[in-house]
Amino acid sequence: MGVNTEKPLIEIKNLTFSRGNRKIFDDITLSIPKGKITAIMGPSGSGKTTLLKLIAGQLTPDSGEIYVLGENVHTVSRKRIYQLRRKMGMLFQSGALLTDLTVFDNVAFPLREHTKLPESVISALVLMKLQAVGLRGAKALMPAELSGGMARRVALARGIALDPEMIFYDEPFVGQDPITMGVLVELIQKLNDSLGLTSVVVSHDVDEVLSIADYVCVISEGKLIAEGTKDQILQESTGYVNQFVNGLADGPVPFHFPSDSYKEDLAKLSGMTVNDSKGSV
Amino acid sequence: MANARQKIQSLCQSTGQSSIELVANFGRGTLFILGVLSATPSALLRVDLLLKQLYVAGVQSLPIILMAGLFVGMVLSLQGYNVLVDYNSEEAVGTMTALSLVRELGPVVAALLFAGRAGSALTAEIGLMRSTEQISALEMMAIDPLKYIYAPRFLAVLISLPMLTLLFTALGILGGYLISVGWLGVDEGAFWSQMHSHVDWHDDVMNGIIKSVAFALLIAVIALYQGFNAIPTSEGVSGATTRTVVHASLGVLALDFMLTTLMFN
Ligand SMILES: Nc1ncnc2c1ncn2[C@@H]1O[C@H](COP(=O)(O)OP(=O)(O)O)[C@@H](O)[C@H]1O
Ligand SMILES: [Mg+2]
Repeated sequence: MGVNTEKPLIEIKNLTFSRGNRKIFDDITLSIPKGKITAIMGPSGSGKTTLLKLIAGQLTPDSGEIYVLGENVHTVSRKRIYQLRRKMGMLFQSGALLTDLTVFDNVAFPLREHTKLPESVISALVLMKLQAVGLRGAKALMPAELSGGMARRVALARGIALDPEMIFYDEPFVGQDPITMGVLVELIQKLNDSLGLTSVVVSHDVDEVLSIADYVCVISEGKLIAEGTKDQILQESTGYVNQFVNGLADGPVPFHFPSDSYKEDLAKLSGMTVNDSKGSV
Repeated sequence: MANARQKIQSLCQSTGQSSIELVANFGRGTLFILGVLSATPSALLRVDLLLKQLYVAGVQSLPIILMAGLFVGMVLSLQGYNVLVDYNSEEAVGTMTALSLVRELGPVVAALLFAGRAGSALTAEIGLMRSTEQISALEMMAIDPLKYIYAPRFLAVLISLPMLTLLFTALGILGGYLISVGWLGVDEGAFWSQMHSHVDWHDDVMNGIIKSVAFALLIAVIALYQGFNAIPTSEGVSGATTRTVVHASLGVLALDFMLTTLMFN
């Protein structure tokens, strides 16, 4: 029961966040256990990236608190949040490599900026991280010369360069071929176990995520609609979760973006007014 | 009745919304500029970053600035000669060329070219860095983009443009010399001595430099803010790039009028 007594690494309490008039998160409370792989799932546009940016303190919530390592990331000083971020690695959807640096220099970048290590040590560290993602041979390439999957793996090497305590993956599987996907899945698992990381994987690729996640949260329409271990989630067979996990197009989570009634829209096109309530469209 | 009420309501709503957006935009802009300014001293210590930006903004703008300076100087002296020769005072063509360049055309034309060449590139670069999440990634790596990205570029513009302006002016005078002395046969001694005695170091040259520093400040702020504020899509970045050129060019011309009124009246 050691897991349950340990304080969660990240705690989100009553988080509310809006963009314009749209409420992205409406009173969400969840916690992310230490040393595990936690998956946060939800359809596109449900605010998964936004959630990661909130956790990293890049965005500020309308209300509610987010604690990382016991510190409220939105009330600590700017200096402190930068210190906290050194303990976080983030793998962006696009990789977000610095396009004017080589693969090697991209991975070396956080080390050069944050440490005073001699260049020989930095070299050794960079090669080690690149070896871990299987791309030591690509060290001299520029980001533009990499495939999407390779760019993500380089970004991963960069993300673990400073030996963070936690790492966030934003949609690591999107747009990858099946082989690359398998490589990434394995890599996430391997890194989590060998480096003792806490991993948060944000994704809507249900099968891949469920194959590695210890703990799963499902978000939809601004609410946390399910949370639990992988088995608990898989057993849940109703409503949103069923729809999501089994990939049904329409269900409690609407396929359609909220809109006026279709009939009215069509009626406007043909210049009619809608007055027959039983009319067919 | 109800319809009119609705219309008024929605009008009020949209007016209110856009006023709020305007104020919010202004606030964001001000905060951003203050942030860049406060990061500028520490950017001075990052010689590596500054040198790279000086190369991109300054050195790479050299060809266009030098060519343009030469042509503007040649045209000025050609036109000036045609007018002055009627009054038998064609030796004054050097003075006329130099004064026009030092006081007005040097700072203004160099700034306009610079806004098109380097300002637009800055906006596009920063907008794209944002849309590819490179700036977010820097923040996540605990590196302050204000210090790493914005401040070095700000400083590079502030340093490059005045220097480019001086070179533009120098090349313009050279162009004037080539045309009037080399081609139109104006007396070389008179050309230079008149210029020497009529161009004042403080009133003309210094004021010209002050102008170019002011223009540099304006272009840097507009280009960086447009990049920072660009909607991170292709249309967003291209729109922001266009706005940089349009706003900076009009801004330079308007500011030039104001400064000229203050300096040379
Ligand atoms: N910079 C932004 N400005 C305004 N709205 C945004 C911005 N970024 C994202 N959004 C909106 O917020 C919602 C959630 O976005 P996001 O977190 O990227 O979703 P996800 O990562 O789950 O696909 C989307 O509807 C998106 O349109
Ligand atoms: Mg996303």
